[in-house]
Amino acid sequence: MSDAIISFQGVSKHFGSVKAVENASFDIQRGEFFSLLGPSGCGKTTLLRMVAGFEIPSAGEIMIDGQPMSATPPNHRPVNMVFQNYAIFPHLDVRNNIAFGMRKAGLTRTELDKRIDEALELIKLPGYGKRGADELSGGQRQRVALARALIKQPKVLLLDEPLGALDKKLREQMQIELRQLQQQIGITFLFVTHDQEEALTLSDQIAVMSEGEVMEIASPGQLYESPGSRFVADFIGSMNFFEGEISASTDSAVTVQTPVLGEVKVTGSDAGVSTGQQVWVAIRPEKMQPVFSDPGESVNTAGGTMGVSAYLGDRSHFYVHLPQREDPVLVALQNLERSMTHLHKPSQPVWLQWASDAVVVLPRD
Amino acid sequence: MNTNRPWWRPDGFAVYAVIYLTFIYLPVLFLPLFSFNKSKYIAFPLKGFTFKWYEKMINSPDMLEALMNSIKVGLTVAILSTMLGLLAAKAVTRYRLPGRGPVMGFIMVPLVIPEIILAISLLILITQVGIPLSLWTVGFSHMLLCTPFAMLVLISRMEGFDRSLEEAALDLGENAWMTFWRVTFPIVLPGIVASLLLTFTISFDEFVLSFFLTSTDPTLPIYIWSSLRFPTKLPPVLALGASIFVISFFVVAFAEWFRRRGVKTDGTSGL
Amino acid sequence: MPGEASSPGIMLLAYHLPNRLLGLSKQNLSLMSRTAMSLQSFGSTIRRRFLESEALRGFGLLSPTLLAMVFGLAMPLLILFTLSFWLQDYVDFIKTFSWKNYSDFFAKPIYGMILIKSIKISGVVTLATVLLAYPMAYFIAFRVQKNKLVWLILITVPFWTSYLLRVFAWKVMLGYNGVVNSGLKSIGLISEPLEFLLYNPFAVTITLAHAWAAFAILPIYVSLEKIDRSLLEAARDLGENAFMSFVRVTLPLSMPGVIAASLLVFIPTVGDYVTPSLVGGPSGIMIGNIIQSMFGKAFNWPLGAAISVMSMLTVTAMICLFLWGTHRFRRKIA
Repeated sequence: MSDAIISFQGVSKHFGSVKAVENASFDIQRGEFFSLLGPSGCGKTTLLRMVAGFEIPSAGEIMIDGQPMSATPPNHRPVNMVFQNYAIFPHLDVRNNIAFGMRKAGLTRTELDKRIDEALELIKLPGYGKRGADELSGGQRQRVALARALIKQPKVLLLDEPLGALDKKLREQMQIELRQLQQQIGITFLFVTHDQEEALTLSDQIAVMSEGEVMEIASPGQLYESPGSRFVADFIGSMNFFEGEISASTDSAVTVQTPVLGEVKVTGSDAGVSTGQQVWVAIRPEKMQPVFSDPGESVNTAGGTMGVSAYLGDRSHFYVHLPQREDPVLVALQNLERSMTHLHKPSQPVWLQWASDAVVVLPRD
Repeated sequence: MNTNRPWWRPDGFAVYAVIYLTFIYLPVLFLPLFSFNKSKYIAFPLKGFTFKWYEKMINSPDMLEALMNSIKVGLTVAILSTMLGLLAAKAVTRYRLPGRGPVMGFIMVPLVIPEIILAISLLILITQVGIPLSLWTVGFSHMLLCTPFAMLVLISRMEGFDRSLEEAALDLGENAWMTFWRVTFPIVLPGIVASLLLTFTISFDEFVLSFFLTSTDPTLPIYIWSSLRFPTKLPPVLALGASIFVISFFVVAFAEWFRRRGVKTDGTSGL
Repeated sequence: MPGEASSPGIMLLAYHLPNRLLGLSKQNLSLMSRTAMSLQSFGSTIRRRFLESEALRGFGLLSPTLLAMVFGLAMPLLILFTLSFWLQDYVDFIKTFSWKNYSDFFAKPIYGMILIKSIKISGVVTLATVLLAYPMAYFIAFRVQKNKLVWLILITVPFWTSYLLRVFAWKVMLGYNGVVNSGLKSIGLISEPLEFLLYNPFAVTITLAHAWAAFAILPIYVSLEKIDRSLLEAARDLGENAFMSFVRVTLPLSMPGVIAASLLVFIPTVGDYVTPSLVGGPSGIMIGNIIQSMFGKAFNWPLGAAISVMSMLTVTAMICLFLWGTHRFRRKIA
């Protein structure tokens, strides 16, 4: 609560009977790269547009830098936006697009020119000022949209899936540039995306949304390594889930009895569970180590047979069939050696092993 | 598709197109022909070449006054109906309106009732209220007819451009009015020009409404109507028709040039 | 929402504020500052409401247009309807309710007959115009590769001539010493001019079909142009030949254009009276001429109003029938 630049206080937005956003209450700290992540239709864009002022909350209040915003129209809010399709003015060239919002800044012509040149420098498009909007590539349009918003020196920069329209290579390059830019200028970024990898790469904090509700807010590492709910665990990355029941729990470790994996020892999980509780045991594919000879009786081990596999270049995915389980378990393995001969032998026996602190325990209803 | 066709086996559609163009051009092309014909009767055979009807046209104050009346009414109507159309187009394309369908339907009604009924119902209202008939009543009736056309043209232009452009302007600190002037207006401008031209043309050529709602000041179509009954007054009218045709050709050529410029700078639309 | 509950009170205070300013006291001062604060929050509530309500802003923008339409369209039509139940008494109206105009309309078969004839003529004109326009629109949409706009302008150029002169041109074409007769005479096919060309329903039909050609081509062209070309390729890919993919894909998808074109031609031509009075002769009279004469020479406005109302009802019924028919047609062929 110390230095919140944006504070959502019980914000809801209903379109008729559709509840786009339901009772969102959280803060965004000054200088953060904050992402709203969720599948399409989860309300993340509506939330962003409420910050920009294009939608007015049906209930609740949004504070920007301590000021309530509900009665403030978009043009008087200290935030600026990079639109999904960039919204570059087609009738203006690059310079005039960037200068658009500076009409009332009270700068002289030379000062303004200097600022625009700096902005062009910042987005690595010096010399592009006279280009028309239709002479720009997708990546260039995105940069112009960035410069146009940043020259206003907003308290928060809003980005509505700005990388969605770019191809993969360019997108990855722009992710790095965006992150560097944010650290360089220190402005708070509020970023909307449906791409979980993008959110993990860029963000300090991520709010995962689903059906209008904020499910969890945490850092990328926390979200990935110890998600707070089955939805988040499933949405971010891949996850294998197993049903189980807590058979013993101490402060530092719990033991879960599962029909498929047998007894699972878990350490370092802070799910706050108690003995007898029904839980999900969740293990990431890359945290399961395949062994091709019988390890004998040991903890956190399960035996099965190899199913189909997929070669992905840097890593391989394969599916392991465990007894008493219909769906195969997904296992990911780094391709550290050039030949991964074991992949070519389906139906061979395989044993999976995992560390006790690689397991996440989630409550199950 | 038809570029590699030998000339002796032309595309059936192309042949049809030529025949069709002949059908729509032929009757109209005879009118300028008779404006250069020495006889005052619009009939064959032709009697020789002359410019005298053009001289008569210039020296016909009645006709020129009617022309001026039509231009005055046309300009006023074009500006007013384009303004009304622009407001309405912005409202229906930019806001979630309850009852959008019925409201648009209501504004479109002048397009779907026979003009003569529009004319007489306006005549009844105006005489019952006791407003004297004049060029103003003519102009008002033209405005009713032109507004739906203006709205249709402008709606298609408004829908063609991205709403987030206006949001971007608001986001960058402009108020609604300046957003209109700096973003909406320049982008919609080709549509506005098209609407002005269309509504002016409709008003300029409108006969039925004018016929019922005018008093002593004739518009050009009314003047033409009255001269159709007096064959001797007709050749100067044909001369004027031919002159207007040539002038409008240049206006449209200019508009097209302007439109191409618009297409070049917005890069989104075009044929 | 702050300030909402007490807003009527605040408005009252705001109303009395000037009076209170005259007698400033300590008490009043604190009241004022409180009032100012509540006023501010009241203002922000209104502002929030306005920003929130798109409908309010939308109808604000629409109001001038709607107002013009209410005064210029709704009220006149209402008065027309009312007038159709009044009676003419020399220059005055008898403003008591009466069915007489309508019973006259049905008693004298001439009105009904002319109305039916008008609809027949307009129907034929519409059919001819649309059928002639469709291949032309198809040609521009699918066969012309570049400069489509030049073709479209080429189509509209003849229509820059005054409507009256365009109609008159057909008098020149079909008249006693007109183009057709002179042409036929000069090549020796006839010795005396044909007199049956002008002043009949046929002359009205061809004149109207010519005068409204552009109104048919443009909507059909637009709907053809919108058709995604890959749909046609898909039809071919799924085994239809060129003709059948036209019938099963192109034609149904261009129906909105055909319907718009039909209405754009049918509605105005039913009520037209310029064309019949110039080239129609006595046998080519249409309902527009009757209505016009009621408001002119015959000077019976109420009867004219009743005939207008009947015409509108009939035309509306025809349009509904037409829309229903095309809807079924579309479903059947697709």
